[in-house]
Order: sequence, then C-alpha cells, then structure tokens
Amino acid sequence: MNRIKQLFRDKKDILSIYYTAGYPNLNDTVPILETLEDAGADIVEIGIPFSDPLADGPTIQHSGETALKNGMSLNVLFDQLKDVRSKVKMPLILMGYINTVHKFGIETFAKKCNEVGVDGVILPDLPFQEYLDNYKDTFDQYGVSNIFLITPQTPEERIKLIDEKTNGFIYMVSSAAVTGAKKGLSEAQLAYFDRVNKLNLQNPALIGFGIGDHESYKETCKYADGAIVGSAFVKLLGQAKDLHGEIKSFIKEVKGI
Amino acid sequence: MSQKYNADEKGMYGRFGGAWIPEMLQPNIDNLKKVYLDIINTEKFQKEYLQLLKDYVGRPSPLYYAKRLSEKYNTNVYLKREDLNHTGAHKINNTLGQILLAKEMGKERIIAETGAGQHGVATATACALMGLKCVVYMGALDIERQAPNVARMKMLGAEVVAAKSGNQTLKDATNEALRDWICNPEDTFYIIGSVVGPHPYPDMVARFQSVISKEIKEQFKEKTGSEYPDYVVACVGGGSNASGTFYHFLDDEKVKLVAVEASGLGVDSGETAATIALGDVGIIHGSKTFLMQDDDGQIVEPYSISAGLDYPGIGPQHAHLKDTDRAIFLDATDQEALDFALEVTRLEGIIPALESAHAFVALNKLKLTKDDSVVITMSGRGDKDMGTYMDRFNLK
Repeated sequence: MNRIKQLFRDKKDILSIYYTAGYPNLNDTVPILETLEDAGADIVEIGIPFSDPLADGPTIQHSGETALKNGMSLNVLFDQLKDVRSKVKMPLILMGYINTVHKFGIETFAKKCNEVGVDGVILPDLPFQEYLDNYKDTFDQYGVSNIFLITPQTPEERIKLIDEKTNGFIYMVSSAAVTGAKKGLSEAQLAYFDRVNKLNLQNPALIGFGIGDHESYKETCKYADGAIVGSAFVKLLGQAKDLHGEIKSFIKEVKGI
Repeated sequence: MSQKYNADEKGMYGRFGGAWIPEMLQPNIDNLKKVYLDIINTEKFQKEYLQLLKDYVGRPSPLYYAKRLSEKYNTNVYLKREDLNHTGAHKINNTLGQILLAKEMGKERIIAETGAGQHGVATATACALMGLKCVVYMGALDIERQAPNVARMKMLGAEVVAAKSGNQTLKDATNEALRDWICNPEDTFYIIGSVVGPHPYPDMVARFQSVISKEIKEQFKEKTGSEYPDYVVACVGGGSNASGTFYHFLDDEKVKLVAVEASGLGVDSGETAATIALGDVGIIHGSKTFLMQDDDGQIVEPYSISAGLDYPGIGPQHAHLKDTDRAIFLDATDQEALDFALEVTRLEGIIPALESAHAFVALNKLKLTKDDSVVITMSGRGDKDMGTYMDRFNLK
C-alpha cells in the first residue's frame, strides 16, 4: 500500500504543509522536512519554484523568487532528496508548474520521483484531459500519484471524473483565490464542501487556501479529511529567527497538541 | 477556411496551443470557449462591431503604395496603415471586439495587461466608450518608462496597477492580470492584447485582427487588379498584428507570409526577444508554444528596444506556422529597426512605431524582384517612441 493511502486509512484530521524548496536558504529543504515530521505534520508538499507562478499570491511568489536566486532547480532538489527516505517516513508531494517539469522531461521526472521516494505530484496548470492523454501512463508506471485541484466552480461531473481517474487525494481549493488570499469560511464555501461530500468520492479530500491557524484548521477538518497550510507557513519561514523552534511551535499550535 | 493553420476544437495548432491553466480559471475559460463563436457570429454583434470599426476606429485603413521606398528597393511596397487607426495602432480592432463580447456576457469589470501601454490605452478607450470599469496591469518598470501612456489610461478613467513581481514588465503584468481573474471569476472579463494565453484567446484575437488581411485582399485587388500580393509582412512579438495580416492568406500558399521578430542586440547576445530563433517548446500563460527559457525551465526575460515586441513567448499559431514552414521567420536588431524607422520617415513622411520598423527589415533580407509586390503592415505610429528617437537620432 502506498504511503498516501496508508496515512488516510490510519489517521484523521490530516495536516498537510506546503513550503518552497530552497527557501529561506538553499539547503533548508530537507532539515525543514525533518522538523515538520518531528513536530507532527502528516504530509508535506514541497514547492518547485518557478519564474511565473500565476496561481500564487505574494508570499509564495516571494519565496519562489528567493529560492531561484538561491540556486534551486529540479536537479538540485532531487539531489537534496536522494537520501530523504532514510530521514522521513511521511508522504511527500512535489508541487510545481508544468513548464519546469516539461523541460526536465516527464519520464525523467516521474522516474526521479520514484527513485527518491516522492509519492505524488501536484501540477496545477496541467490540464486534466492532457494528463489523461499524455501523462497518466508514465506516472502510473512509476507509481507516482497525481493530485488535482477542484474549486467551488468545478462542475460535479468533472469532480467525479477527477476522482475516478486519480488515486492520491483531492485538493479542494476553498474559494476563488490565489494562494494566501482569503481567510475564514463563508456560507457559500460550506455549501460547496457539503456538495462535494455528498458525492461520496473514493479519494480522500484536503482543503487548502486561506488556512493558517488552529481555528481554521479545526473548522475545515469538519468538512474534509484534513487541511493544507501554505502561505502562513511560508511567511513564518521568511520571518523566523529560530527556524526549527518556530516551525515546531507553529505545527503544534495549528494541530492543538 | 480550412483548419490546417487554425485552431482545432481543443485550441491546438498542430502541437501548440491548448489551455494550460489552473483549475481556478477553468470555469471562466470553459464558459468563454462555449459562447465566443456563437456570440461573435450573430448578426447583431457583427453589425455593432463593424459599425464601430468604421465610425470609431476609422476603417478601412488605407493600403498605400510607397513609391519612394519601392524605388529604393526596386520592388513594389504597399503599407497597410494600421497606424492611422484611432489610438494609433492595430490593438483597438481587438479590444472593441472583446469588449462587445464582455458586454454580451454581462460582465461589468474589465482587466487587461499591457507592456508599452498600447493595449492598455486601447482597452481603457473601449471601456470609456462602453462605460465599464477598467483595471490595467502594467509592470512597475514599464510604468516608469511609459509615463505618457499611463497618463492617457488614467485620463480615460482606468485604474493602472503596478505589477511588482519578477522583472516588473509585460510577462509579470500578464501574471498579475491572470491572478486578478482567478480571484474575480464572476464579474470580470480579461481582455488579452495578443494572440497568446489559453484557448480560445489566440483564436479569438486572431479573428478580431483578421480585418487587416480581409481589407488587404480587397484593396490589393482594387489597386493592382491581381488577386494576391507575393509577400505579406508583419512584425511579431506575441503576434496579433501578424495573425491579422496573415489570416485570410493562410490557405493561399502562393502568398508568402513573413514574420519579423525582434533580436534586440543580436540573437546570440543574451539581450534579445527572438523567440522563434532561440526558443524551445514550453508552456507560458496557458499556452504551449516556443518560448525563451533556461535549462531549468525558468522563463527568461526578453529584451528589445521596442516594448511591444519583448515577450518571451509567441502565439501558438505562429509556432505552428514555423513548424509547418508556412511562414518565413526573420529577425531584426534594435539598430536595424532604428535605421528603417528613419529611412521610412525620410522617404515616405510616415514615422513608424518601433515595433513596425522591425517589419521593414524584410526589404533587406528577402530576395525581392522589381515585379514582386510586398505588403507590410504598419502596425502603429511612432508618436509613443519619440523619446527613443530623440535620443538615438540626436533630435533634441
């Protein structure tokens, strides 16, 4: 059984943390990962920085720019991750824009993910049909899950199709926004969560965008298998004086442990 | 019109195009894809659009036989005078089409990206005309460099928002506009200024600019009695005036299509915008096309003296025209463009925009005979470039 499936079978109220590879410093990627696992994060999404991150707000944009200046690239990242499975056990996801992966080579990318022990990838600007036609077989061959986003505007038919054809989890974007934009849950959002829950999807679902503290984490966990925290965590990385100490207290605070 | 060089129903031009967008944009794009052809093909839409092109833009723009330029190059040069349009360039053909579409779709707020400000001015103009709210994203650096156009947009009632990410130029302004659209999916329409972006934009913008080649065809026949010119030539950044210039000639293979890219300080100088000459395949702003990128797939900032041509990608249709050898791609350096800007001005009394000046380089690079006829699209007028011309030609 793959690590993602096992995690969702064994645990509830999953906390997934997003951060950008190579930020705040080039070699922070793996040490941050270890601290996150120690502190109680359940899944980690490692962002691949890109020059033109059109779905990201200012916080993650800034982290990506810094990471690129620091020298981060897919080659460097896979090199940093080569012994990662001797260090952490939790599911690892890579998240990035399609151009960097396209340039790296789809097959090489999937193979590298498999080699270092990356369980899944999120490529927000890979169209779902394109994935089915030209990418899915390759990722399946290397046992790498593809995770897709849905939003309040995504039609039910499309949600069902995404659920049917993927095997990681469903990434529920909480509202029409770029990352880091909005806070708090509205009536419309609650209705959207209900609507998705009634579809009885085979995959678990995590809610992301606008979640950054214990209250919003607990609240979203009522409507899905867990929550994704991105911008709030990246902001902390940018400001922290005691990086690893502050990561620990942040995770414990969000989880309420 | 055959589908050989146009988009298929998925928005693919051969192996290029498509809609590579995050799920947050999917409903907007799906909706636009579903309605755009139905709306723009209605009699009501066409009537209103053509009326505006005639009475407001001043179309048809003349096809002018450039006698002295023809003598100098020992061939027959015709200029398609898009520079005489209201707002001074071809951009208005597209913004009026898209704003009528936006109105028909019940949208209340318009957003646009702009580099040098020409598309921003054309959009702000259309919004003033229609009484719609207008927000234009412009790189912070470009805002500094293009103060007169910023003032024009503001006078027209638009809000100009500085894009402060990345290198603070056109590609960053486009990112910001896309982010705005993600956050405002219900009431907002995004008017893209070139044949770039996710499907259906490249096809839609090409259709709105196709009036250029429609008129060339009619005017050329009226002037010369022959059906087709031997060459039609346009400069290309994203490629909207080139798409418009080529559109009705795509299937007439005896008409040679010529696109001139900006090579800045030279194709291999590192300071260039010659996407076709340098680029390899990638995905930018929702479209698969040739683009300038480094070995890690990071998009490289382009350079050209002309702000309208420094885009790191190119419309997917042009990538396909390159792939199929249907079009000839040339490039022109800053200096070559400047030389032609001065020459065209002195021979014909027409000051071209820096972008358009690049197109004339074809006169040097094509092997033309005295019997050939060459139509060059003068995409815009040079007023906005007087600062550069004053510096480079010692006019102060």
